[in-house]
Amino acid sequence: MLIKLTGGAVYDPASGIDGAKQDIYIQDGRIVDKPVGDFKVDKEYDLKGKVVMSGAIDMHTHIGGGKGNIARTLLPEDHRADPVARTDITRSGCGHAMPSTFVTGYRYAEMGYTAGFEPAVLPVNARQAHMEMADIPILDKGGYVLLGSDDYLLRMLTAKKDQKAINDYVAFTMQAAKAIGVKVVNPGGISAFKFNQRKLELDEQNSHYGVTPRDILKSLATAVKELGVTHPLHVHGCNLGVPGNMNTTLDTIQGIGGLPMHLTHIQFHSYGTEGDFKFSSGAAAIAEAVNKNKNITIDVGQILFGQTVTASGDNMRQHANHKHASPNKWVTMDIECDAGCGIVPFKYKDKNFVNALQWAIGLETFLLVDDPWRIFLTTDHPNGAPFTSYPHLIRLLMDRSFRNDVLSTIHPEAQKMTTLASIEREYSLQEIAIMTRAGAARLIGLQDRGGLSAGNWADITVYTDNADRQLMFEKPDYVFKDGELVVVDGKVVHTKWGTTHVVKPDFDASLEKDLQKYFDRFLTMKLGNFKISDDEITEDGRGSLTVHPLKGDVA
Amino acid sequence: MAEITEVPSPFCGIGTDDLTIQVDGVLLKVVENGCAVNTPAFEQAITDTRPRVDGKDVSLDVAVAKAAALLKNTNQPVIGGCATDVNGMRALLALADRSGAVVDNMNFTGARNNFLALQDSGWMNTTLAEVKNRCDLLLVVGIDLEGFSPRFFERYLWNKESMFMDDTAKREVIYLGKAPSGTASTSPDGQTALVFECANEDLPDVVAVLRALVKGNPIRVDSVGGIAVADLQGIADKLKAASYSVVTWAAGALAYSQAELTVQTISEMVKDINDLNTRSSGLPLGGKEGDQTANQVCGWTTGYPARTRFSSGFPEYDPFLNDANALLANGEADALVWVQAFNAKAVPPETALPTIVLGRSGMTFAKEPDVFIPVGTPGIDHVGHAYRMDNVVAIRLKKLRESGLPSTSDVLNAIEQAL
Repeated sequence: MLIKLTGGAVYDPASGIDGAKQDIYIQDGRIVDKPVGDFKVDKEYDLKGKVVMSGAIDMHTHIGGGKGNIARTLLPEDHRADPVARTDITRSGCGHAMPSTFVTGYRYAEMGYTAGFEPAVLPVNARQAHMEMADIPILDKGGYVLLGSDDYLLRMLTAKKDQKAINDYVAFTMQAAKAIGVKVVNPGGISAFKFNQRKLELDEQNSHYGVTPRDILKSLATAVKELGVTHPLHVHGCNLGVPGNMNTTLDTIQGIGGLPMHLTHIQFHSYGTEGDFKFSSGAAAIAEAVNKNKNITIDVGQILFGQTVTASGDNMRQHANHKHASPNKWVTMDIECDAGCGIVPFKYKDKNFVNALQWAIGLETFLLVDDPWRIFLTTDHPNGAPFTSYPHLIRLLMDRSFRNDVLSTIHPEAQKMTTLASIEREYSLQEIAIMTRAGAARLIGLQDRGGLSAGNWADITVYTDNADRQLMFEKPDYVFKDGELVVVDGKVVHTKWGTTHVVKPDFDASLEKDLQKYFDRFLTMKLGNFKISDDEITEDGRGSLTVHPLKGDVA
Repeated sequence: MAEITEVPSPFCGIGTDDLTIQVDGVLLKVVENGCAVNTPAFEQAITDTRPRVDGKDVSLDVAVAKAAALLKNTNQPVIGGCATDVNGMRALLALADRSGAVVDNMNFTGARNNFLALQDSGWMNTTLAEVKNRCDLLLVVGIDLEGFSPRFFERYLWNKESMFMDDTAKREVIYLGKAPSGTASTSPDGQTALVFECANEDLPDVVAVLRALVKGNPIRVDSVGGIAVADLQGIADKLKAASYSVVTWAAGALAYSQAELTVQTISEMVKDINDLNTRSSGLPLGGKEGDQTANQVCGWTTGYPARTRFSSGFPEYDPFLNDANALLANGEADALVWVQAFNAKAVPPETALPTIVLGRSGMTFAKEPDVFIPVGTPGIDHVGHAYRMDNVVAIRLKKLRESGLPSTSDVLNAIEQAL
């Protein structure tokens, strides 16, 4: 079947097309060049006056894995306020802060998103992450496997194993957990919390291992680079949420020595200690450092006001944050000599000084970082806000007067502590397309996604241009996934299953001998039962694996 | 005859995956690392292989068609048992969504003690590998742990080596409430567990006093539930002195009214200890026969644990009103689907309603159900996934033999299609 999308204004940063009127042809799930000679169009969509982008990609969203399911279980009252009924083509579920898997897929698609990446896949919980993501319809998905507080790596670092050995272990774990990236959360801090350390600075030693977060970051960032994994090491830094942590973040940027590094939900790591409340914005200094250091990419982790739930691997910081829990119930877990997690419900309030300034810090960060290819639009769903708030966030970025209207309603002392009112920048449609499409695909290393040139998979979103950007981005006219029309006028009309994106870096098989001994001595399952087989993703007939090339691979 | 190694078990809840099983046709024999729970569960012979309708052998297609016909015009079917693997639960929830059923895991009334505490105040918990490597004091509340999991101590406490302890035999074990039924809790050095017995119904008081002592609150009585307060003070002191104490309980064993408050007191006490400059974690026991699996899959599919109804077109959770037994007893249901792929002895509640059973081969009934479909057991007859007690690790279950029995998900998907 040949589909033609006729006459839309195309925003395709991957091809450098910025709003030009162009036709797009789709065949067998992919975008194709206009056929030569005589051809018959089976289905044509008149897109005059419409805006065409590729399907959006959320490069950091907690959509699969144990902590998310704990968050769900913890908050029945939140689900009750947002029940989602079954239809002839969709499953029932619940929405709001931590939606059920099916509703996650529908609501992302209904906003024009066609892929989401779970950033904290614990190796030992990776099966669950993939099983949950397997029940998210329409979207493509993938995960970044979490390392850095796992005892095997910390033992290697203490034993001063060489970089090659660490690379092998990272590659093994990526394959075993079916990952496309590597994440580190509070490097070494999750482990340190198990030894009763309650904070860990960048150069502070884990009390058992004598290893510092800086050591861990360097080893893992080097491994990711040397293995040729496209997505740079994905870093949730030290001291999340601690006033003054901007210095830790600046030090982290300097200390990585030019290696590629992605700093995630940087808003939570951009706090100073100035002012009457000893809490201030570090966004300007952080943005300046990001602008200067081209090896650094960031996503923001914007907070938006309202009820949500924070779910993180950072058991140390989440334990400290539990005093802010609203409602007052929370969970932390120490997990399998592998990692940990903490789940704390939050209600961000515009009349709370700290929350109001957090909101402003996130926006300052968006607006002060120059290069949209190195900054990504996230709320760290659900930690800063549920992903369903993205259209509102896009309006805040694209519409200065709207932004200043909201600014004028937040805590007055917070208004005094932010430069937001003076920042004139408004994001363009092309910049939004970079942050949420082309840039994200490039950052993750997705081949044939995030662009609209021939050869790409036909993940395409069509909007009606509207000066109210929130309305525009809330309700796309059409969304195509792999060439199939899945959303019309912001409602799912058809469902399908997306693929799971992975990379498969090589490792020296002799590593498994040592790992097997380690598993038998200290862990609770056999190494052979730990590794996730391809079958586990594909055997139900819905899932599939898409393996992306490594840097240096010959295409 | 084949021998399969590193076989994981869905039966014991603690995720043992080191069994060696001999396979001779459809006969299984556990030849290494069996236990009183796992060995009989694996070795149980296949008796039925053919579905029955009204007691007569039929083809699977006929049984599926009959099941769909029985469900077709129901207003409020109940799907009970819910003892199967991840794919089985996926299919079960799809069927429930389509038919507007109530879904209720058979162990939910016990598990509810945990869910109510979790949903009210939360907890700080740990998992088995942390226990194996860190735990220097294990406090067992209200359960005979080795009766529950025969190999718990061997695998997770008296392991020869640990990463963070020089000598695992120095670990201390304290029982509060129930006494151990055997000697598994005795350390390799011969150190026996400290045991402080009390009646089940005294546990709320005993645990409350223990928490008060941990917090340093004065207690004005000398004993509670027959246990000297001085002894409880000793436990409190040990909890505060330990580097990584672990407090374990089994929600289902706290079989008294409002036992969720006991779970909450234990969990809040663990939080308190973590504010006293040391670490402590809870460890809820469970994970047998798919109970954690049911709650996990229902959790991500609906947002709620596995006592959830779909009769309004969307999921509604109620840990009391959606109790299958109550619905049947009160005449609020009009059909029963019973799913139990692990345990032939776990039969459906007796009811005059149309009853469809997907059961492990060998299930016998006081009253023959309208439809009985023997299904394969996950981890024996087909591959699958099951959660172990700590709710983090999903074990990959193996297929050990070619029995021809369909999986739960095959059958439930077929019934849903037929609707």
